Amino acid sequence: MLKLLKQSPLSARIGMGIVLLNCLVAVFAPLIAPFGETKVVGDVWESFSPQFYLGTDHIGRDLFTRMVYGARNTIALAFITTILSFLFGSLLGFIAAAKGGWTDQLLSRVIDILMAFPTLIFALMILSVLGSSIPTLIFTIAILDSTRVYRLSRAVAMDIEVMEFVEAARLRGEGLWWIISHEILPNALPPLIAEFGLRFCFVFLFIASLSFLGLGLQPPLADWGGMVRENAGAITFGIYIPLIPAGAIAFLTVGVNLVVDWFLHLSSGLHE
Amino acid sequence: MDNLLEIKNLKLEAYYEDQWRPIVHGVSLNLKKGEVLGLIGESGAGKSTIGLAAMGYTRQGCRIASGSINLEGKELFNASPEDLRVVRGSKIAYVAQSAAASFNPSHRVIKQYAEAPVHHGLMGHSQAEKEAIEIYRRLFLPTPEKIGYRYPHELSGGQLQRAMVAMAMSCKPDIIVFDEPTTALDVTTQIEVLAAVKEITEKMNKAALYITHDLAVVAQVAHRIMVLRNGRLVEENETRELIQNPKETYTRELLNVRSLREDKAFTDKMEIILEVQNVAATYTGDKNVVENIDLNVRRGRTIALVGESGSGKSTLAKVITGLLPAINGSIKFLGKELPRKLKDRKKQDLRKMQMIYQMPDTALNPKQTVRKVIGRPLQFYFGIHGKKADARIRELLVSIELDPDSYIDRLTTELSGGEKQRICIARALAAEPDLIICDEVTSALDQLVGEGILNLLQDLQNKTNMSYLFITHDLATVKAIADNIVIMLQGKIIEQGEKKKVLAPPHHEYTDKLLASVPEMDPDWLDKLLEERASTFI
Repeated sequence: MLKLLKQSPLSARIGMGIVLLNCLVAVFAPLIAPFGETKVVGDVWESFSPQFYLGTDHIGRDLFTRMVYGARNTIALAFITTILSFLFGSLLGFIAAAKGGWTDQLLSRVIDILMAFPTLIFALMILSVLGSSIPTLIFTIAILDSTRVYRLSRAVAMDIEVMEFVEAARLRGEGLWWIISHEILPNALPPLIAEFGLRFCFVFLFIASLSFLGLGLQPPLADWGGMVRENAGAITFGIYIPLIPAGAIAFLTVGVNLVVDWFLHLSSGLHE
Repeated sequence: MDNLLEIKNLKLEAYYEDQWRPIVHGVSLNLKKGEVLGLIGESGAGKSTIGLAAMGYTRQGCRIASGSINLEGKELFNASPEDLRVVRGSKIAYVAQSAAASFNPSHRVIKQYAEAPVHHGLMGHSQAEKEAIEIYRRLFLPTPEKIGYRYPHELSGGQLQRAMVAMAMSCKPDIIVFDEPTTALDVTTQIEVLAAVKEITEKMNKAALYITHDLAVVAQVAHRIMVLRNGRLVEENETRELIQNPKETYTRELLNVRSLREDKAFTDKMEIILEVQNVAATYTGDKNVVENIDLNVRRGRTIALVGESGSGKSTLAKVITGLLPAINGSIKFLGKELPRKLKDRKKQDLRKMQMIYQMPDTALNPKQTVRKVIGRPLQFYFGIHGKKADARIRELLVSIELDPDSYIDRLTTELSGGEKQRICIARALAAEPDLIICDEVTSALDQLVGEGILNLLQDLQNKTNMSYLFITHDLATVKAIADNIVIMLQGKIIEQGEKKKVLAPPHHEYTDKLLASVPEMDPDWLDKLLEERASTFI
């Protein structure tokens, strides 16, 4: 693992630096932030000053503080959601590939139906029925996102499933769980890891857009997408404030993608 | 000097583990007009690399380090890409191992033939097609006027390989490099391709480099043979001289591998452990892939299942293991009727019947270590783990002649082909089976490595009294190890019995053809055979 890190290209190192920085900020938020998350400390849309590093938002809260807590909420939420979606998606995908027959047909058709709806509209529908609490948010996005993961992991597993070592395991009399966890999973891991990074970005952006529409994290919790929405009005006055959370979203997305590119190269055996 | 091609002190290097390492250590060769030079050796000997270097080409990750490649007075080492492009195809052409993979599947065969001469500006498209038909006729392709207008998938493997040879001839080169052109073919189709090669080199007087790992094959076509090993020349001589008087031990080993083993005593009273009766199976539901299969396997004996590709031998293995349930008939194993489907069979029955595959690369999980591969059946069938399992794994590694200390913790990807196959055998042995089904276990391996595997299987059988059902298309293997032979053609058994009886005349017509097609270590064998066949056809 260490050897692998040493060989990593510059772009991947930059990406890892960005991701690491964001994670550190998220973990140590209360130590870094100079003010409380929801505390009104100044005037509306103040410019930056030694007191407020990034100025203040539309009701006078410190923007730097909000950014730091926003990183915490948004990244943690996206991370949990992505993990959940991968657990659902890949498990079902592997089962479909390993069992085949009607199990595969049933699962695939249900997933097809789910994928037929535009994701945003589906999410809006569920969230407006069930209300936008954090657990609902996580589960809704995770399930919607797992359809894509299912597709990928089923395709990857199908390729592995026809290999003779899987046949050998079947002939030995191994059960489904062993075949999935010991024969298929280790070989399917590289493309799934690469996909994990990509999906993390999508989930992240999806939460941002839900927040922007008012159905994501609810105020006064700070999250980057929501902060863009809350401060959107400032643009008309030529104030830069909404660009900062928007920029942070872009920054993290680029960082994650740099790392993912590297993983893609590693797992596909492609060279520069 | 009438040498067409002169290679002097050629050194080639390959890039791996972060540095350039030598793979060919200074090989020299000369090729005269009309001469066929055979390059022979096991994989890794550098024979293909030398063949490609003769065209001034190296595979990705390889380079020519030093030496000289002189083709008709032109130096190809460090020649410009433009110069090389003029030479390749028109002066020297290449025939690859797998014709099926080398043709573009979406263009007609004749169009691919015409591509090179039209591109080199030698002739127009219609002229090229006319010549193609002429060459197809000379290479004994059926319906030469029409065959070129088919797509590659509409031709058989042997036909494609001959179409590929024709394609190499399209620009009328002086030298053709044949890189294992018959390795992927059945013995019966191999003859067709060899006849085509002979036609070109003898009647059209072309020079050729013929690369192969099969000494018996190269003896039919080559005037001179160079034996290579690990990128060095071992021995070089006229074909007859080399076969009659090999000077080096390595050459002698290559010549000796086809020797027969001692026959075992055989009686009808021996216990039958597998009894297949009137079995049929199908993939699609309407056409049976195999039918009317009856065969018996006796304890401690080897039964060889022979046939060309597509004859249903591997399918039969699937039926016996239950992967493809039979649609009628019965399979009795150790006195009990086995359920047709794999999932209805009992764990202990599965344990007693193990399988070894053709491609050891795909038969082992690339993410597992040797310890896990061999340890799993121990744990799964016998519940052995921890220190006890460790001891047993070491014991098994010793029995397959691998050093436990250096192999037990290696990943399967860190092994050579022969070592992988040995691990597959160990995995089967760990289950302590009564029957092992061996599906073409040596055909993906080099001759000597394959021979090692056969010897190992033989020793293990002598020690443990296991039975083998040995599926193969290679009659040399059959002669070497089988007690009984079953010959399959188009999904049916056409002849079976004791080895001596099946191999002795009178044969079924197909058995005859199959047996006659196995190359013998005699440079005149092909000529005699072709003469014989020509006379019987007229």
